[in-house]
Amino acid sequence: MRSFFGGIHPYDGKALSRNSAIEELAAPKQVVIPLSMHIGAPAKPGVSAGDSVCVGSVIGEAATGVAGISAPVHSSVSGTVAAVEERLHPNGRRIVSVVIDNDFNDTLDAEVVPQTIDEHDYSTDIIRILYKAGVVGMGGATFPAHYKLASGLNRADTLIINGAECEPYITSDHRVLLEDADAVLRGIRHLRRALNLDKAILAVEANKADAIALLKTKLEGTSDIEIRVLKTRYPQGGEKQLIQAVTGRQVPSGKLPADVNCVVFNVYTAWSLNQAIETGLPVISRVVTVSGPGVAYPKNLRVKIGTPVREVLDAAGGLKADARKVLLGGPMMGNAIYDLDVPVIKGTNSIVALAPEQIHHSADTNSVCIRCGRCIGVCPMRLQPVYLYAYERKNKLDELKKLHIADCMECGSCAYICPGRLHLVQAIRSGKAKINNR
Amino acid sequence: MNDTKLIVSSSPHLHGEEDTRSIMLDVIVALIPALAVAAYIFGIRALVLSLVCCASCVVFEWLYRFLLKKPDSVLDLSAVVTGLLLSYCLPVTVPLWAAVIGCGFAIIVVKQLFGGIGKNIMNPALAGRAFMFSWPLLMTNWVKPFSYTSFFDYSLADAVTGATPLVSLYGGSIPQNMTILDKLVGQSGGSMGEISTFALLLGGIYLIWRGIISWRIPVIYIATVFIISFIFPKGGIANLDWALWNICSGGLALGAIFMATDYATSPVTAKGQVFYALGCGLLTLFIRYFGSYPEGVCYSILVMNSCTWLLDKAGKRKIYGQ
Repeated sequence: MRSFFGGIHPYDGKALSRNSAIEELAAPKQVVIPLSMHIGAPAKPGVSAGDSVCVGSVIGEAATGVAGISAPVHSSVSGTVAAVEERLHPNGRRIVSVVIDNDFNDTLDAEVVPQTIDEHDYSTDIIRILYKAGVVGMGGATFPAHYKLASGLNRADTLIINGAECEPYITSDHRVLLEDADAVLRGIRHLRRALNLDKAILAVEANKADAIALLKTKLEGTSDIEIRVLKTRYPQGGEKQLIQAVTGRQVPSGKLPADVNCVVFNVYTAWSLNQAIETGLPVISRVVTVSGPGVAYPKNLRVKIGTPVREVLDAAGGLKADARKVLLGGPMMGNAIYDLDVPVIKGTNSIVALAPEQIHHSADTNSVCIRCGRCIGVCPMRLQPVYLYAYERKNKLDELKKLHIADCMECGSCAYICPGRLHLVQAIRSGKAKINNR
Repeated sequence: MNDTKLIVSSSPHLHGEEDTRSIMLDVIVALIPALAVAAYIFGIRALVLSLVCCASCVVFEWLYRFLLKKPDSVLDLSAVVTGLLLSYCLPVTVPLWAAVIGCGFAIIVVKQLFGGIGKNIMNPALAGRAFMFSWPLLMTNWVKPFSYTSFFDYSLADAVTGATPLVSLYGGSIPQNMTILDKLVGQSGGSMGEISTFALLLGGIYLIWRGIISWRIPVIYIATVFIISFIFPKGGIANLDWALWNICSGGLALGAIFMATDYATSPVTAKGQVFYALGCGLLTLFIRYFGSYPEGVCYSILVMNSCTWLLDKAGKRKIYGQ
């Protein structure tokens, strides 16, 4: 079986939520929707306080046209705009957000209607729909999907759908594959046709056996979507790693997947495209796994964008008394938050609460490098974390550049495996910042 | 929930179970078979020597860091490993005071003065042994196996001294009254921990299986010695005999499996490790063939230790996408 370089196999905790069906979480009284939930230029406010909005109304206009890297933002409820102001974003910064009081009428915006696709200009139409619906990389990377698709036009010979879901605890893509496989497959077929390819590859890690079996039954007798079972290994779902595992190709430093003729979309991105086509609904909700040993009843929920994390946690029985660390995203690359009122955004695939013993583990400060070299063995980018660490400590920025520090994607495999408990990723981030600031 | 303060830190938020102590514990476990053989062959004196070395290494480490107000590092067990390893490359007859001084040199001068675990540029145990060759007679006083009157015969007063297999080998003949199998099991004279190639291999397999060391250094080191000595036998000894005796004699297995693989003093890059092991093998044979005393493992590893940084630079691999 082809694979990627290095990697680790952490305890995955997926059993906590793997078998719980997606539940609909009722919309909150008030949503806070940041105008930046994607990579690229933030959307521009399209409403002001006092305006009435409907479900699916544009509240933030993409800063660029369909050819640029930005995405529009839509209201997830109907009601009145209470404010357009800076609010705390899950990334820890204050970002202009639209605050909407829910009137609980769920009035749909008039623009939310099923989309028709021009058979003669399939790609343009799909790109337009992705752009209009604000579809971004729903696996958490949040790169605008329309731009990605456009980058692959006439270049991509391989379309990969990322169903690896390699981060511990997260089961949202797994549940979507199990419960709504048909919608995902229809979304994949739209992407495949848009790229003018005969086949798409849906890559799933072997730990989702039930989903793989289901998909195989559904795809019996067809040849336009191939299920590729990958071995369970983190960070399998990293875009560069997935491309390597599926095609054997390596994306050169600073280049895009399209430069090696690949385009990669997440399972939920395909699902969101399908929703945008069939109902006209933009990205106004997403499936979130609420899990971890610090959560009372781990489960998977469909949550309106802008819902406070606190309400999502409450729906899962709330935090246990001893939970002291809450993460948005997985425990390997997710963000720790300090305020439970930050909203769920497009990239929030999970909310994970850790147990005290896990926190203690990662907060160990008596760290000494014993030069065991494990970090070099697990680095999927084939970097040398031990030397990056050493040179960062000594501020040798030229050496850091020679060791390709910019290629580190901060997957955390090195820090996970380090027996000396070195804060390797932190040092690498700090090294990158020092280089940028000089 | 009421708003208790949440902890914020940067990712990753999970950590593997393995830590420095668990690694050192694995090394200690891997060293036990050789200690058991040493006790069987030489009696209680071998156990006492190991114990004294471990204890003095731990005390020196603790004392140094206590006096210099540095965080205590005794619990990482690396000092215990150094103590065990140093005792393994001593003749069982060595006086305890000499062993204690060797341990002091290893821990204070070689390890702590350079900054402690991970920072030393030479293997502490080997450097300690090299230092102890200030007393060449004490360091070459080999006794024959089973020289004790009983297991608890500490003095070894009636012990018969004799040349080690390596000495007779380079004297021009295969050791008398001994088969290669005896040597494998450990029924020969020599430093207390190096005599049983079999016990050391067992430890090596354990370490590789547990992922503590890579196969590269021990396998390439031993293979280099085997192949070169197979091609150039000495004193009319058959090629295969010469090569087998070479890899089973002296400190080769101990050095290749436990000393050359020391994390701090060996390269971390795969390519670096290959050249390092090759260099160890070639230097070992160079010293054995042309040196005045036919034990090259200790010095060849110490020399290659000092090339580690350079080998890592040279061994830099292509990154993903390069």
